Amino acid sequence: MSGCMTISRRDFMCAVAGCAAAASCSEPTHTPFFRDHLHELDEKQIEQLVADLEADYKDQYGVDIEVGTQGPREGVQFAYALDISRCIGCRRCVHACVEENNQSRDPEVQWIRVLEMDKARGIDFAHANAYYEAEKVPRDGHFYLPVACQHCADPPCVKSCPVNATWKEPDGIVVIDYDWCIGCRCCVSSCPYGARHFNWAEPEIPAEDINPKTHLLGNRPRHKGVVEKCTFCIQRTREGLYPACVEVCPVGARKFGNLLDPLSEIREVLRSKRIFVLKTELETHPRFFYFYGV
Amino acid sequence: MKRSPQRSVASGGPPGAGTWTGLALRLSPFPLLLLGLAACGQPHAESSLDPALFEDPPNLEYPDPGKLEVEPPPFSEGVFPCTDCHEPDLPVKGTPRKLTRAHQDIELHHGGENRWCLDCHSAVDFDKLHLAGGELIDFEESYRLCGQCHGDKYRDWRRGIHGRRSGHWDGEKTYLLCVHCHYSHAPAFKPLEPMPAPKPPVRTP
Repeated sequence: MSGCMTISRRDFMCAVAGCAAAASCSEPTHTPFFRDHLHELDEKQIEQLVADLEADYKDQYGVDIEVGTQGPREGVQFAYALDISRCIGCRRCVHACVEENNQSRDPEVQWIRVLEMDKARGIDFAHANAYYEAEKVPRDGHFYLPVACQHCADPPCVKSCPVNATWKEPDGIVVIDYDWCIGCRCCVSSCPYGARHFNWAEPEIPAEDINPKTHLLGNRPRHKGVVEKCTFCIQRTREGLYPACVEVCPVGARKFGNLLDPLSEIREVLRSKRIFVLKTELETHPRFFYFYGV
Repeated sequence: MKRSPQRSVASGGPPGAGTWTGLALRLSPFPLLLLGLAACGQPHAESSLDPALFEDPPNLEYPDPGKLEVEPPPFSEGVFPCTDCHEPDLPVKGTPRKLTRAHQDIELHHGGENRWCLDCHSAVDFDKLHLAGGELIDFEESYRLCGQCHGDKYRDWRRGIHGRRSGHWDGEKTYLLCVHCHYSHAPAFKPLEPMPAPKPPVRTP
């Protein structure tokens, strides 16, 4: 990016604002808005950015929010597998995800969408229903297909972002820099899985419901006008923990692990079960596999 | 913190991109367009990862995990230890029958008419279960008992792809016992009440 742009965003914004009034612009400043692209920041600048963000969050929510910057691990490629013969459509994953990842409660943003499908039709997105209501699930004659970010190996969302605000990390997690996102929603329309969600209004989360353990590229609170999505719970998985949805699933349908470890759960699924990915024909090469466990 | 995926994971195009570009040039009436695509400089992460990384070693061996960390068995209130009531001198009737003095609440829906209490519970030591071969085991190890009939599920459970685990994907994890999800006397998974549906989008006229 820097190769084709001769002026950085910060310099540009300073020029627009009229630097006469803002002498501080000549100093390196890394507040979330007037800063360079994350890839161009050194460790010290990232530390400063994190400190600024944490102070902002303290002002906004009155909560001490920790913004982590744990990087990817060598020799780790994350992948996910979901057993659709077990999923009962109870939506516990949806709500655990909302709580873990500080998604807006109003307007509602949910990274996981559980689709109810007709067994007679098979997987058919045109007739799927995400809004099913039931006393008990599973409902007769139906099966359930939860869909979130597929963390494609060749992600169309990343290609469509005009400002490099989203990219694939070395461990396979597709992330968004919320401060760099310009809210154009090109990624939302290019994602074939409906996995990206736009904050149409200022997100609302009651202060007592905030999860204070966050990651710079993950579940730190977002603001109006930016896109967000599943990050495989980057704040948990980079620390070695399972994602929140894996921990909460009452039927154990969700499996997560390192693709490069032959003994990982994910490799065992790939080795021994019938698997598929969504929309193979698009060659997005999802890192999210569905399988039949029985 | 290292975050330069374009540089570290996919520097430039995929390996072999040259070959594909060559082939495409010969096949395509729009060579320049294809050239443009091949040189787009976007990361193609999958193709830059060596497929050998995903191959299983020739003699894949599953290590013995030793003693498994399991959640404590989900006993109903006040039933354990069983020997509180089943004292050693309490006579054991060795025939299947309808229970009238205790445990009337237990309805056995597990393997039809073919199962009864002492297939799993030990009459030698009522605080134990027993395997088909007679070995007495604790309730914490009940998975071994279940695994005698449900071998495929047992294998999957041991390898972590049946049932829920919690903890670390790369380290210590806790297993649930079979009976945490499958009540042993009626093991079919019980339907659950779903959590609230998402709000449907509002259509303005």
